[in-house]
Amino acid sequence: MTDPVAPRGGRFDTRLAARRRAGVAFRWLCRGAAAFGVAALVILLAKIAADGFRMLSPDFFTQYPSRLVERAGIRPALLGSLWLLALVAAMSLPVGTGAAVYLEEYAPRNRFTRLLQMNIANLAGVPSIVYGILGLALFVRFAGLGRSLLAGAATLSLLVLPLVIISAQAAIRAVPSSRREAAFALGATRWQTIRHHVLPAAMPGILSGSILSLSRAAGETAPLIIIAGLTFVTFDPASPLDPFTVLPLQIFGWTADPRAEFHDLAAGGIVVLTAIVLLMNAAALLIRKASRK
Amino acid sequence: MILATERLGVVYGDTPVISDITLGIAAQRVTAFIGPSGCGKSTLLRCFNRMNDLRPDARISGQVLFHGQDLYGEGVEPADIRRRIGMVFQKPNPFPKSVFDNIAFGLRINGFRDDIGDRVEESLRAAALWDEVGHRLRSDARRLSRGQQQRLCIARALAIEPEVLLMDEPASALDPIATRRIEELIGELKQNYTIVVVTHNMQQAARISQTTAFLHMGELVEYNDTERLFTNPGDERTEAYITGRLG
Repeated sequence: MTDPVAPRGGRFDTRLAARRRAGVAFRWLCRGAAAFGVAALVILLAKIAADGFRMLSPDFFTQYPSRLVERAGIRPALLGSLWLLALVAAMSLPVGTGAAVYLEEYAPRNRFTRLLQMNIANLAGVPSIVYGILGLALFVRFAGLGRSLLAGAATLSLLVLPLVIISAQAAIRAVPSSRREAAFALGATRWQTIRHHVLPAAMPGILSGSILSLSRAAGETAPLIIIAGLTFVTFDPASPLDPFTVLPLQIFGWTADPRAEFHDLAAGGIVVLTAIVLLMNAAALLIRKASRK
Repeated sequence: MILATERLGVVYGDTPVISDITLGIAAQRVTAFIGPSGCGKSTLLRCFNRMNDLRPDARISGQVLFHGQDLYGEGVEPADIRRRIGMVFQKPNPFPKSVFDNIAFGLRINGFRDDIGDRVEESLRAAALWDEVGHRLRSDARRLSRGQQQRLCIARALAIEPEVLLMDEPASALDPIATRRIEELIGELKQNYTIVVVTHNMQQAARISQTTAFLHMGELVEYNDTERLFTNPGDERTEAYITGRLG
């Protein structure tokens, strides 16, 4: 037996052709699954664009809702959404990042911490309407904030906090421990190590995760139906204590209108909302990509 | 004896890593810890600057004495210990910052009062790195070669004027030429510093150290003058290890 290549057949029935066919079939199956998701997104975007783009005029952005289609615009809803996002960011980012730093850098590895961790993961899956009811009881009624921007932002902050914490934790965990050891070995305290090395290294990940969480808040409707409840706001929100509406609510209100013309207004609002969310997601991707260099 | 251990034991979770180790480390000499992988030599080293504190599951028994003071005693500040007892790691771990800032960080956080620029230069000269990087202090430390990165880490440790330098296999991630430069550097540094080196390379221990401790399965088997330990080992396990029959 000097031939290094084993003779075909013998005790093996290799069925190479069938195995290769199975491989090809599986690859196409996966390709189909990927294409399905992309196709659904493309069709959705195309439909939105087709219905909504012609609604986009300067007036659409500057006018208030109206009983007359040609005079209706999204100004208060857009301002409300921007206000809300800024407030949610101001509340959820410091708290979320702080909680993530605690869980990753300070918390003892014991049963209580594990319980806490499990709870946070579970909270991320709680239906948003539940947060709306909580916000109504806690912020609108108990804290006496009324149906204000602040109450809405506080509610949405609670909603996105688990997402912010979990993504910030992942970013902090990705900082190599050799970096921490280097700082500690030079006499840095834990705070100095976190401040000078862990947080700067984790910041791009924390930011991109937070932006993705905020884009979730931007599109959230259900809890705000409970908190704000208004779709016909004819003034600009000027302070966090003002009543407000947001784009998803405005869109919801227009689609619920029996008059078909108002559905076109909704399509225009959807274009604006989708653009905001896509821009935020793109920003998150860019930050992530830039930090890899 | 600048450093000493007294019946020192370390347990990670439920696993004893080292036990009942009593030894003294002489100042201004190079002491080497040798032994097979998992013998506890790195764990022992990390007791001297309380690096084991960073492992939540580590428990220490016995004493570690620095100038006769228990490092694990009441009121001892680990950050202060780590400034006075520096450490260099197996893999070069420069910060993703400039050469200058890598060294300046330790100076700043420890409240260095003199000119930081001068001290950066002194440290780089002490680590035999100034001639190579003195003209590019502002470039990213990660662009240096691995050997240069490791000498930068040594410079960074020296900058904050430690008395002791702990080195955990400082050359094991380096090529032979870079390794030789580190070994030469250790030879120079021992005039001013007490150096403790962990190495799995027996030839290296023989070349650079004056005293050698051989550890096996968490136990201090033999501790003697390097020359004596390598030419006339007193324990058969030491002999088995240095002749390559145990490892």
